[in-house]
Amino acid sequence: MKYFYLIFSSLKRKKIRTGLTILSIMVAFVLFGYLTAIRQAFDAGVEVAGADRLIVRHKVSIIQLLPQSYEAKIERIEGVDNAAHQTWFGGIYQEPKNFFAQIPMEPEELFDMFPEYVISDEHKAAWLETRSGVVVGRGLVERFGWKLGDRIPVNATIWGKKDGGRSWEFDLVGIYEGAEKGTDTSQFFFRYDFFDETRANGTGLVGWYTVRVTNPDKAAEVAAAIDAEFANSSKETKSEPEGAFIQGFVNQMGNIGFIIMSIMTAVFFTILLVAGNTMAYTVRERTNELAVLKAIGFTDRGVLALVLGESLALTFVGGVIGLGLAWLLVSMGDPTNGSFPVFYIPNRDIVLGLGLIVTMAFVAGILPALQAQKLQIADALRR
Amino acid sequence: MIKNNMDESLVKVSGVDKVFKRGSEVIHVLGGLDLEIPNGEFLALMGPSGSGKSTLLNLIGGLDRPSEGTIEVGGKRIDKLSNRKLAAWRARHVGLVFQFYNLMPVLSAQKNVELPLLLTRLSRSERKKRAAIALDIVGLSHRAGHYPRQLSGGEQQRTGIARAIVTDPTLLLCDEPTGDLDRKSGDEILDLLNTLNKEQGKTIIMVTHDIHAAARATRTLHLNKGRLSTEAVD
Repeated sequence: MKYFYLIFSSLKRKKIRTGLTILSIMVAFVLFGYLTAIRQAFDAGVEVAGADRLIVRHKVSIIQLLPQSYEAKIERIEGVDNAAHQTWFGGIYQEPKNFFAQIPMEPEELFDMFPEYVISDEHKAAWLETRSGVVVGRGLVERFGWKLGDRIPVNATIWGKKDGGRSWEFDLVGIYEGAEKGTDTSQFFFRYDFFDETRANGTGLVGWYTVRVTNPDKAAEVAAAIDAEFANSSKETKSEPEGAFIQGFVNQMGNIGFIIMSIMTAVFFTILLVAGNTMAYTVRERTNELAVLKAIGFTDRGVLALVLGESLALTFVGGVIGLGLAWLLVSMGDPTNGSFPVFYIPNRDIVLGLGLIVTMAFVAGILPALQAQKLQIADALRR
Repeated sequence: MIKNNMDESLVKVSGVDKVFKRGSEVIHVLGGLDLEIPNGEFLALMGPSGSGKSTLLNLIGGLDRPSEGTIEVGGKRIDKLSNRKLAAWRARHVGLVFQFYNLMPVLSAQKNVELPLLLTRLSRSERKKRAAIALDIVGLSHRAGHYPRQLSGGEQQRTGIARAIVTDPTLLLCDEPTGDLDRKSGDEILDLLNTLNKEQGKTIIMVTHDIHAAARATRTLHLNKGRLSTEAVD
């Protein structure tokens, strides 16, 4: 503690240079925080995917449908606990930019298959009683300012109605919450029976199945057994873990994690050079002062610690302000106006950010600090 | 622990050589040098530039190590100490005064004087109190909050002396303390050093080019080409 004023006083020596360096570090950490939230938005589904859940889809493509009758056959396969079908509705609410997923499901199966979606018994009962009912995640409700009892029109792009219309209307009867912070609460679930009876074509066909296995360790064997069951049929299947399935979806837009990591690496490398350069100049300019510190009794290690302390102070101030600003920006909402299922900086990434601050301080400061440590007092005082 | 016995030599330099290497060139700065300095002496070291005065001062102060020979201060072989122990020894027993003051420009006079006390276990209030006493001794209490750039050369040097005495060292090493000052300020500094020597019993070794400054010491030695003598060599 008693050395703090010495460390901070040294940083005040060249205020403009220190300020600009702190600003650079701050910008890097704002980017880090913000891009972390974006990556989290893309990875959220992968992270909350159940280890005991498989996705069974058409072998050719997700847009090829499977018979609803597969459900009973899948459930008979050894190792399968339950199977629930889902279908991509792909409707538009008011205008195309208001994107969110709409999925018809069997109400009884939704909350059994996905325990991460939490709903009150009252809302659940209301959904079971209302054929045109829909349950919506908290995030989506807040995005559009909906409330229970609202009638929500959705214009179909895939599924026309038997009456020739394309406008489907749903009654908001329930709101589900996420069991965890990263749970996707941007979905819109409506009843499959209502969907199947109202759609003009495709009756009896579904998009894919979510299958829960009894033993996650045997998920690969169960997946193989499911695919074998439907091999050589007109609608062969491809079964894979839920996490891999969601990752495949995300990867259709590119390897988001890799892109973000590449940007971050470039930014941090550049900032590291800036901070390292500042520290190198700081030490070089103060050779004489460091020699005086040693002359009055500071040890070699003490001087090394002082220089590393300055490096830490520099990166800590910039890094913490940067992380704080990123947190504020992320709290203000996602840049897609709600299309991301989640948008927040996970705690583990805040810890990672703090770790990066310390690492950056060490890497930027270690060479100048070693230089200061090795400084020969008599030589330095002669300069 | 340095002995404060007036009958014994505080500093014993025996057969000290100091050699510097610059590339393939070997420079003998000090050769077979012997010197004893009694406790409480005010010694002036004179000599032309490059004669080895500052090198000798650095060796006695533990800022550098001899190539050959031994250096004892207060009965302790300082040339044998590890870097860490030597640093601790300097902090406890040596006060340094430099020609160009070497104050930290970003710290006030008070904080500059407190610097050596950071290495002690003293509380913050105790450090502050001792720094205030040191500044009072050099007559700068009223300038405690000022930064070096706000002080005159003489005041900066007095701050440097306060920093040197704040730990109450036995040995005060001054490398041309008046070299950067006008005559009046230089005299004030020499008066101060005389007071510290006579009233507080500090052993002072002062390197100087100035005969006027050397006249204030109790003994003057001349260094020339790495050899000591009591008389100046032209």
